[in-house]
Amino acid sequence: MKLTNKRQFTSIWLMLVLLLSFSTSASAVLTIQITKGVEGAQPIAVVPFATEKLTTQLPYDLVAIINNDLARSGRFSPMPAKDIKTIGSPHDGGTVRFGDWRLVNMDYLLVGRVRQTGAINYEVQFQLFDVFKGEQLTGVSYPFVASDTRRMAHRISDIVYQKLTGQRGAFDTSIAYVTALTDVKNKRQFHLNIADSDGFNEQTILNSPKPLMSPSWSPDGQQLAYVSFEANRPQIFVQRVFSANGERQRVTDFSGLNGAPVWSPDGKYLAMTLSKSGNPEIYLYELATKQLTQVTKHPSIDTEPAWSPDGEQLVFTSDRGGKAQLYTIRLARNKPASRPRRLTFEGDYNARAAFSPDGKLLAMVHGNQGRFQIAVLDLANNALQVLTDSRLDESPSFAPNGSMIIYATNRNNRGVLAAVSVDGRVHQRLEVQQGDVREPAWSPLSQ
Amino acid sequence: MNHKLLLAAILLPTVMLTGCETLGGQDGGDVVVEDRGTPADGGQVVDGATDGATTSGAQAGTDFQGNPLDNPQSILSTRVIYFEFDSAAIRNEDRAAIQAHAEYLSQHSSASIVLEGHTDERGSREYNIALGEQRAKAVRQLLLFQGAVASQLQTVSYGEESPAAVGHDESAWQQNRRVEITYKTR
Repeated sequence: MKLTNKRQFTSIWLMLVLLLSFSTSASAVLTIQITKGVEGAQPIAVVPFATEKLTTQLPYDLVAIINNDLARSGRFSPMPAKDIKTIGSPHDGGTVRFGDWRLVNMDYLLVGRVRQTGAINYEVQFQLFDVFKGEQLTGVSYPFVASDTRRMAHRISDIVYQKLTGQRGAFDTSIAYVTALTDVKNKRQFHLNIADSDGFNEQTILNSPKPLMSPSWSPDGQQLAYVSFEANRPQIFVQRVFSANGERQRVTDFSGLNGAPVWSPDGKYLAMTLSKSGNPEIYLYELATKQLTQVTKHPSIDTEPAWSPDGEQLVFTSDRGGKAQLYTIRLARNKPASRPRRLTFEGDYNARAAFSPDGKLLAMVHGNQGRFQIAVLDLANNALQVLTDSRLDESPSFAPNGSMIIYATNRNNRGVLAAVSVDGRVHQRLEVQQGDVREPAWSPLSQ
Repeated sequence: MNHKLLLAAILLPTVMLTGCETLGGQDGGDVVVEDRGTPADGGQVVDGATDGATTSGAQAGTDFQGNPLDNPQSILSTRVIYFEFDSAAIRNEDRAAIQAHAEYLSQHSSASIVLEGHTDERGSREYNIALGEQRAKAVRQLLLFQGAVASQLQTVSYGEESPAAVGHDESAWQQNRRVEITYKTR
């Protein structure tokens, strides 16, 4: 496994009005806490890794990051380090005494060691055990560089999570979001940020005095499409996230709306909303040829397309029935191939759909009696489940492993992010230290 | 109040041309106030527009010298049109103000405006951008119908991204569901 070192950035000014800035700041500007966990989270002990021949200490403690990841998922209950010390400090299978761990009801045990192999090069080796069976579940060794310490820890968490839940981990991922700040001169500032899935490494990739909206990740996780009002009208841009100079291109600048861009699963198209015809309609924009195909044609609002993971249908918001509801239209060779069919019937407002990665669930903003909450529709049986209990929720986005939905909400009159497991049992809150945060978009899994 | 506004609408051209004797001050004030507070974005509204509501009638008799757009007593000082939740329908009480702007635009062919559509924060953001555009277009449509020409009118929607009032209750929301009329040229 090769870990690319893509988090080294330098600051650069691109335009006079608009600055795209990068920084290597690793402070937890976005903090995440579990507000409701699962009953019976699985007990696991992650023993502090042995360090050998370390002439330079690692910038972060691998085990602390792993413990934080596992606890944050709501599925695990890691044993506190001070309790672990009283039982033992094994670093490989040969020194584990399973009986000691059974006595304290630990289900799983992760042990390991780190050694330095060069000036900035390290190697981590770890083993995961089922304590009751006394069996090794996995044992892996990885090289990494110091600047990738956090990513390395997230990859270990991903492996543990997958071994113990059967589902891929999504710790080694990023979240894009928009923050709105009011500066000392009472001017609004909008930032498009990305951060690691645990809130660290927050980086601003775009800064504008005018609204920024609707970030959407390309399927390879390398680009973001978004809407910027920097020209006092909405335009769609595509920007390379990890390029040092913030390379970007303007994709559309039609008269009227240019909004709601989302990538096709094959990365070749953006579905988007344009009102150049005089009315908001959904179009497909082919990135290579810049050709547009109109998908909807109706004198109502049609917007917020969501592409099914198989690329064969678009779900969108329309008020053609009088109120905003979700509709689906089939595509064949990226052309509309059916009449739109209404999907939602409960509540008086259903909008901004997002497909789960397996295509089986649809998350949405569900409005009922003046409250706007996140709900999921099971497409197999049309059962709608409301997952949240607030009143101003919006912008649901699935984790790429389908386990959680991140969304924007309001708390104490501030815009904050929150996440809920798809079964509604685990709740997390993500807060920035200042300003309002909104429109989260969870990145795809790392390639 | 509705019948008064209708009357104002009918009499408006006269009012504007002659400098109003009795109607301008009070009716203009009524239209602006609407118990909706002053939109926070003061740049869009002529200063003194709300003062017009409390000024005594004695002031109204004074002829206003200069461009009627600068007359705080004129119905043209109404530069914000408000809407119901999830609706782009223009309310009857706002028709007189829109008609006044249409008249002004038709009489001043070099004048041009931007219609900026906005929504409250509820629901999803891109849907609100579309709703804000429909509001701006509804005002545009009425202006065209009443004599403005397309080249004078520009629309843009900011959806819920640029609220006039912060806050998360109906008192803020009703100030945010709006179309702002801004004169670029006169």
